[in-house]
Amino acid sequence: MGEHLLEIKDLYVQYNTDDATVYAVNGMNLTLDKGEVLGMVGETGAGKSTTALSILQLLPPKVGEITRGSITYDGTDILNAKAQVMRGLRGARIAMIFQDPMSSLNPILTIGQQIHEVLELHFPSMSREEMDNRVDEILGLVGIQKHRKNEYPHQFSGGMKQRIGIAMALVAEPELLLADEPTTALDVTIQAQILQLMKELQQKHNTAMILITHNLGVVAEFCEKVCVVYGGEIIEEGAVEDVFTREKNHPYTQGLFESIPKLTGPVERLVPIQGFMVDPTNLPKGCSFAERCPYATDRCRAEKPGFYMDGTHGIKCFRYENAKGEA
Amino acid sequence: MSKKDRKKSLSNRSQLGMIAFRFSKNKLAMLGLIVIAVLMIVCISAPLFIDYTLVYKQSMAVRLKGPGTEGHILGTDQFGRDLLARIIYGGRISLLAGLAVVGMALVVGVILGGCAGYFGGKVDNVIMRICDVFMAVPRMLLSMAVVAALGQGTFNMLIALTVAAFPGFARTVRASIMTLRNQEYVEAAKCCGTSSSRIIFKHVVPNGLGPVIVSATLQLGGTILAIASLGFLGIGVSSPTPEWGTILSENRTNIRYYPYLGFVPGFFIAISVMCLNFVGDGLRDALDPRTKN
Repeated sequence: MGEHLLEIKDLYVQYNTDDATVYAVNGMNLTLDKGEVLGMVGETGAGKSTTALSILQLLPPKVGEITRGSITYDGTDILNAKAQVMRGLRGARIAMIFQDPMSSLNPILTIGQQIHEVLELHFPSMSREEMDNRVDEILGLVGIQKHRKNEYPHQFSGGMKQRIGIAMALVAEPELLLADEPTTALDVTIQAQILQLMKELQQKHNTAMILITHNLGVVAEFCEKVCVVYGGEIIEEGAVEDVFTREKNHPYTQGLFESIPKLTGPVERLVPIQGFMVDPTNLPKGCSFAERCPYATDRCRAEKPGFYMDGTHGIKCFRYENAKGEA
Repeated sequence: MSKKDRKKSLSNRSQLGMIAFRFSKNKLAMLGLIVIAVLMIVCISAPLFIDYTLVYKQSMAVRLKGPGTEGHILGTDQFGRDLLARIIYGGRISLLAGLAVVGMALVVGVILGGCAGYFGGKVDNVIMRICDVFMAVPRMLLSMAVVAALGQGTFNMLIALTVAAFPGFARTVRASIMTLRNQEYVEAAKCCGTSSSRIIFKHVVPNGLGPVIVSATLQLGGTILAIASLGFLGIGVSSPTPEWGTILSENRTNIRYYPYLGFVPGFFIAISVMCLNFVGDGLRDALDPRTKN
């Protein structure tokens, strides 16, 4: 306790809508140390973004509700922190990069003003000149010529806007960066550039990072730790090596790997995961993946599996119940 | 400038620059803007070329002289006062009071509508129900009631018209804020630790200001008309202080035989309201994203 930068314990988040209650996050446990990069993989609706928004306390008001659990950031209990404390954290110590750079910049402020604003908010004592220098410097780091800081977002391309988003997130040198699918809206060549840039900056400032993505390749390339999210809980976690050697995996992770086309070897038919994503308004009693799992037993449907650890590698599946993880 | 250069320079402008460019291509709107600007400049700089004493100087010798009389370009009224001087000095009240009313209503409306739209829920309900109460009473009637309660006078008339005008602005602002508050850049601003008031007034309201500016311009015409109406009814600016509606009112007994007495102030009221409507329509078209290219 206290040593971790971020610690999420037994987090439950639900969205209360008029029609139904959506159980978005169900018992999420997560720790992250300084400078560590965690990849969070999962389908749309698995609860990845909800987790990120919970960390920032920016769940939609009245609709999103944290029902149980705790989030501790560097000793601060986030769930009980005052609004003012949270405002101090956001942007300065925890920053976020958004999925769609087209809509995450304010169209009527110049990019310089927008980066400037972060500094104004968190370093009120800084002189204007210093701030201007910081803005120039961060723009240089993300590869935008500084004379363009007086231009408006519509004058930049998508990739450049994402660079600006990164500049905004990093200008205050936060310790934790939440990247919510930062490359999904970009085309592939730009994706590689942006990831490269993020990696460089992350290493330079020793920023901890949670990278939320659908892309297993990105995780393998970029992260040290991985967690696979399904139905609002982490079903597998471990170091990248643990998961990607594919000796032992959760059946869901296996399914994910099998649905990636292989570049080497003969072209085979891809094996999709059968069925659909678990309905978050109506979660099963047992393992949330049981319905789609080829190995499912009656026990899987009746009770929830715990985490079975093997060194740093943990899998939530009865198949690995004995410590050695024999299937 | 070649067409290509011009296109390039257009894309390099700020949003405001592009709106100004589109507006400048609308001839009718530009005409309206020029006429209004000329009227305002003449009224504001009136003391430079017309002596204020002319407004009150009565002379039975020259009473009811028609336009074109020597020394009185627009003629004189029943007390022999120079109509031109009264019109120009009256314009200072009609036009500037109109601006003041719209300005005050805009500030109140933007603050209330901004908060209502951004926070939603209870805040929204309380603010908008208050606005509904004001909107339920016809505007003219409401201003008359407020003037009756506060007492006659120019300042009280301004308050009365502001009270009658702000709910409309609050509604417009609220509607445009509600569509903007869920934009991702608002969330991004929250993620940077921006406070609610700063988000509302720096990020959301400026983005939603387009329709508000249009309705403010159109309202300005209506307000000038309302000031004139109150003046005509004798509960706005009181005679002998010149104001277009008041001038019309004090001359109404002589209009049958000296029609210019009605025509001249009426013309200025009509022309300024019409031109403001042209400007408002032009702004609306310039702000419409569909006319972009």
